[in-house]
Amino acid sequence: MNAITLNDRSLSGVLEAPETQALPAPAAPSRRTPYFETDSGKRFVEGTRTLFRNAIPPLLGMLLFVALWALVANSGGQIPGPGETWDAAVELFSDPFYDNGPNDQGIGWNILNSLYRVGIGFGFAAAVGIPLGFMIGRFDFLNRMLSPIISILRPVSPLAWLPIGLLVLQRAEPASIWVIFISSIWPMVLNTAAGVQRIPQDYMNVARVLNLSEFKVFTKILFPAVLPYVLTGVRLAIGVAWLVIVAAEMLTGGVGIGFWVWDEWNNLNVAHIIIAIFVVGIVGLLLEQMLMLIAKRFSYD
Amino acid sequence: MQSYVQIENASMVFSTRKGKFTALTGIDLHVDQGEFIALIGHSGCGKSTLLNLVAGLLDATDGVLLLANKEIKGPGPERGVVFQNHSLLPWLSAFENVYLAVEKVFGRTESGKQLKARTSAALELVGLTHAAAKLPGEISGGMKQRVGIARALAMEPKVLLMDEPFGALDALTRAHLQDELLKIVAATQSTVIMVTHDVDEAVLLSDRIVMMTNGPAATIGEILTVGLPRPRDRLQLAHDPHYHGLRSQVLEFLYSRQMRPKEAA
Repeated sequence: MNAITLNDRSLSGVLEAPETQALPAPAAPSRRTPYFETDSGKRFVEGTRTLFRNAIPPLLGMLLFVALWALVANSGGQIPGPGETWDAAVELFSDPFYDNGPNDQGIGWNILNSLYRVGIGFGFAAAVGIPLGFMIGRFDFLNRMLSPIISILRPVSPLAWLPIGLLVLQRAEPASIWVIFISSIWPMVLNTAAGVQRIPQDYMNVARVLNLSEFKVFTKILFPAVLPYVLTGVRLAIGVAWLVIVAAEMLTGGVGIGFWVWDEWNNLNVAHIIIAIFVVGIVGLLLEQMLMLIAKRFSYD
Repeated sequence: MQSYVQIENASMVFSTRKGKFTALTGIDLHVDQGEFIALIGHSGCGKSTLLNLVAGLLDATDGVLLLANKEIKGPGPERGVVFQNHSLLPWLSAFENVYLAVEKVFGRTESGKQLKARTSAALELVGLTHAAAKLPGEISGGMKQRVGIARALAMEPKVLLMDEPFGALDALTRAHLQDELLKIVAATQSTVIMVTHDVDEAVLLSDRIVMMTNGPAATIGEILTVGLPRPRDRLQLAHDPHYHGLRSQVLEFLYSRQMRPKEAA
């Protein structure tokens, strides 16, 4: 507290200095405290500075982006400009939850459907991938056994799994969930396994000296030590899942943001496609931020 | 007096990728109950290995280790270990870190209230009552090390094993904790084996200094009995000729007879 107050004083002192010198000094006792030397004044100055430092650069970036976009849109071609897209977005989001049959639903329904598929596929992947990662990390034999398979399967493009899903599951809906599952499982398996393998030997020595039971070792040492790694895996996985869902839905159809993009392409409604790009980006960002927040809670460094 | 910790002809051979590496050979050491032993030697001389043998974290490839006439097989809470880098669990508070040990040792026979009282008492012993609710990341290195000592002491171990417990601390904090350790050991009458590379620390704290020869195949070179009366005071000892005599004997062993090999730097 002290340091901050001091700092503020010296800061406002610097701000005030030229003014006091320029003006003829009034009689000292009757001098009113200038606004910038009062507490609220100092807070105002500090707040403005923080705002400037934090808000101006991103705003400038956005402005530049929109300007570039407007330039491209104006130089011919069929890409709608920012204004046109904004109008379309306002209209679109004024009624997000209408339902005119399976091929014409509001943007809200499309987003929720996509999130639902991601949730199911990702949930299954977490339920399988995290325990599997623990076992791979704990038992070297399993690690050596599975690592060649994982190495081969992991780099496969998610959409390559779609035909297998369609063949086995027969329907489009579970097939797209299957694609989410198979593409989001790897980051969770690999990160969890790496976390288990990297538990400091010291912690395990503590467990040995105390003769802790397997249950205590898991709950008090293994799980908390690995949790940050698991959460990193989860964050990467949900990013992948959200990336993949758009592509998967384009191919399988139904209701969902990916299908919606394809549908609007068939309608040649480019403004809606651009809106969809923003929506996908913003939802992805929110998912990521949410998980970052959870991960922060469990970080002990 | 009967020996409490007995090490008979112990040796330790590690199998490495490059072949067998003999760390320790022919170690014979008898420690009495309530005795404070300092293990000193150049780095790489296997003093931590010897401590880990007593702790049971390593199994001797040859020889026998006994604690109160029972063979040491694997680690156990009757040998409290204070690790070099404190090894507190960062997601547990100071209290919970100590409680984990207390619960393991006394959980079967005592109520939760008694266990908590034991934990608080251990933290009070090292002067950390005020920091009980803090996570290890929120306290200083010296405080962490004190929690580590409290954890080891709270188990009421037969032997307290300390692996360079103050090695990572600054000189002032180290001196402060050494003084505290002297008081705690005097109060609890603990049997202690402490690894150190600090000559002053060894002379100040211990009853006997076990000086180890250089590795590989290190063994005990000489054992020096520190006859200084207790309680010891570091300021008075600074002017004590006996203290300086002991100190130079250790230095002479380390730097004249066991000069560190040049390439080991």
